[in-house]
Amino acid sequence: MISLAGRDILHSWGKFVFTGVGLGLLIGATLTMAGVYRGMVDDARVLLDNSGADIWVVQKDTLGPYAEPSSLRDDAYRAIRGMPGVARAASVTYLNMQVQQGNRDVRVMVVGFEPGQPGEPPYLLAGRQITRSHYEAVADVRTGFGLGERIRIRRHDYTVVGLTRRMVSSGGDPMVFLSLKDAQEAQFLKDNDAIVNERARTAANPSLNRPGVPGLLEAIQASQTVSRSVNAVLVQVQAGRDAEAVAEPIRRWKHLEAYTRAQMEEILVAKLIATSAKQIGMFLAILAVVSAAIVAFIIYTMTLGKIREIAVLKLIGTRSRTIAGMILQQALGLGAIGFVVGKISSALWAPFFPKYVLLLPSDALRSFAAVMAICAIASTLAIRAALRVDPATAIGG
Amino acid sequence: MKPNSLLSRRAGLILLGIALLAAFVFVIARTGPFAATRVTVMKVEEASVAPALFGIGTVEARRAYLIGPTAAGRVLRVAVDVGDTVKAGQLLAEMDPVDLDQRVVSLDASIARAASTAAAAEAQRRDALARREVAAINARRYAELGEQKFVSPSVVESRLQERTSADAALAAAEANLAAARQDGARLRAERDGVRQQRQNIRLVAPADGVVTARDAEPGSTVVAGQAVVRLVDPASLWVKVRFDQGRSAGLAAGLPAEIALRSNPARPLAGKVQRLELLADSVTEERIAQVAFDAMPAGIALGELAEVTLKLPAAQAGPVLPNAAIKRRGEQVGVWALREGALVFVPVRLGSADLEGRVQVREGLRAGDRVIVHSESELTPESRISVVESLAGKTS
Repeated sequence: MISLAGRDILHSWGKFVFTGVGLGLLIGATLTMAGVYRGMVDDARVLLDNSGADIWVVQKDTLGPYAEPSSLRDDAYRAIRGMPGVARAASVTYLNMQVQQGNRDVRVMVVGFEPGQPGEPPYLLAGRQITRSHYEAVADVRTGFGLGERIRIRRHDYTVVGLTRRMVSSGGDPMVFLSLKDAQEAQFLKDNDAIVNERARTAANPSLNRPGVPGLLEAIQASQTVSRSVNAVLVQVQAGRDAEAVAEPIRRWKHLEAYTRAQMEEILVAKLIATSAKQIGMFLAILAVVSAAIVAFIIYTMTLGKIREIAVLKLIGTRSRTIAGMILQQALGLGAIGFVVGKISSALWAPFFPKYVLLLPSDALRSFAAVMAICAIASTLAIRAALRVDPATAIGG
Repeated sequence: MKPNSLLSRRAGLILLGIALLAAFVFVIARTGPFAATRVTVMKVEEASVAPALFGIGTVEARRAYLIGPTAAGRVLRVAVDVGDTVKAGQLLAEMDPVDLDQRVVSLDASIARAASTAAAAEAQRRDALARREVAAINARRYAELGEQKFVSPSVVESRLQERTSADAALAAAEANLAAARQDGARLRAERDGVRQQRQNIRLVAPADGVVTARDAEPGSTVVAGQAVVRLVDPASLWVKVRFDQGRSAGLAAGLPAEIALRSNPARPLAGKVQRLELLADSVTEERIAQVAFDAMPAGIALGELAEVTLKLPAAQAGPVLPNAAIKRRGEQVGVWALREGALVFVPVRLGSADLEGRVQVREGLRAGDRVIVHSESELTPESRISVVESLAGKTS
């Protein structure tokens, strides 16, 4: 027995293939949108993974360091390191800023970390980790910086010694890692003009620049330029200890806020990116519905376009089951081509998105099932139309 | 429809299908969780690392002088300006002497007057001396006459009393003279003191140097100890360097140093650790060392930023790793090694490291072991990997 569907496809293969490809691009767009949403959530998760921390200690009553500004004295980690259950603790700073690269500037998140401590980039694509205590940087490849390149952050030039990947802020900005002291300086030191102006302003203040007290002005100037703040302390708990049990005494006795991994994820995913994720999610839902409708209409109109041929089939006494089978097979085939093309196209263009696009196989499987279901449902509409065709239309009724 | 064209159409469609499927399989294999993590691998080498320490410092003067008055006063004039080279003893500035000169004149007059008083006392002494001689002669003569009973004893006693009085008058005149001389000496000492004070308000250079600041201008009032002019000894410049405590092992006086000044980072200067401060900075967690230049560079500015690299003696040769290979899993430090094609996390103990990121392995690895250096993402023992030449610049 020859396949009616196959015969029909062979007959009008161009139309079939191009419809499938068009459908595929639409499915690709939907998959990509899902990937954008997943990527957004994943950005938040890798931020937590890469910091290598079990507990984030931040300023009391803040949701820092990612969702809210938080400021701690940089010796806070010493007190925390002595708490029970703490294996390692290290200060970190986070700051979103523009970094100069030649005459282009790149938006990055500058991370200050203690080498060898939590907060260090866990893996590198090229180069090495920071070895000097100053003026070296490890950058995410998305910044576009190359090894050995010199970049300018505030007042100093830094040499890029290592490249890493998937190190992004919750907003998707690539990270640049500096040693803690450099990052503190970048965060709190102003540019030269501001410093000079500030000095002049202080010197003009008669209560700070008294003739009878030599050295007072210098002391005040010096105290204005040093910074002893960090944004958070990353804590790793000892193996086998419960993070919450370690966090609790820090909250209670150190008068700081301590978030465990689960709480931090909740803050990032449910609070920080909630609105934009909902925005994308809403759009994704509409796109999915629109795609489903388009797929259904394409299948329906394709069947209607063959109404004369179907009438001929009926006239020569083909069974309704065979006709229905042909339409269903064609619809599913179209769906399959569409899905494959969609998957390929979304995988091909995903790397060119400025922010991370995460294509999950589970999403792909789900969309495959959805495409097939939509095709099947749409084909039932078409089948109903086909079965109601009067065989007389075949002979020009 | 000819069967031939049908056949070729079918073949075309099948080819298209195969191409699509191949692309699909390729995409599945290259992206998503089925994709292998690309890594770079290198062999552990036997080498010796030359550890080095890196610190940031500023150029400072070992000998800096704050020149100011010892008592509050007004600046009369300032003789030098910033940048002037001065010699030891050169006048830098002068404070307003107010009445010091007048006091010298007054004391000079007093000294002259004291000299006159002394001259008068001397004359009185001579007068008393003459009177005493006459009284002595008279007394002797009357005593002889008294023995020969020419005069009454009362007359003799009266002459003797005159001689005693003349002796006393002489003693008084001599004492007056001494007092007048002492007065003169006191006034001269007082005048010398005032002159010293007059010298003291002349601010002179204590040593050869260069003026770095002119903090007060003529007419301004300064308190005791406040600087009018600051000097440094340009031959005594060194770099005060701060080393992170965590990476200061091996820091010692006498280590050779490379000093890269911010004004000319491409041409580092040679130096040596002159002094290592016993007191570390507990707030910034840094150690402080002073690094002197072997040859003093020309045109160097105080306060200039300098990057200092200290070379430590090379450690013994041993297996060496790049620091990008070192990973941390839980509380263990180790590397991902390839052993018989399988990925194994090998805990290691690390030794010294150099600034190029090469770290010596004390325990856990041998030369020739293959280890993962760079990877696209964090590895687990179950990770599938594909070894590539390099990963740099590739995005996905």
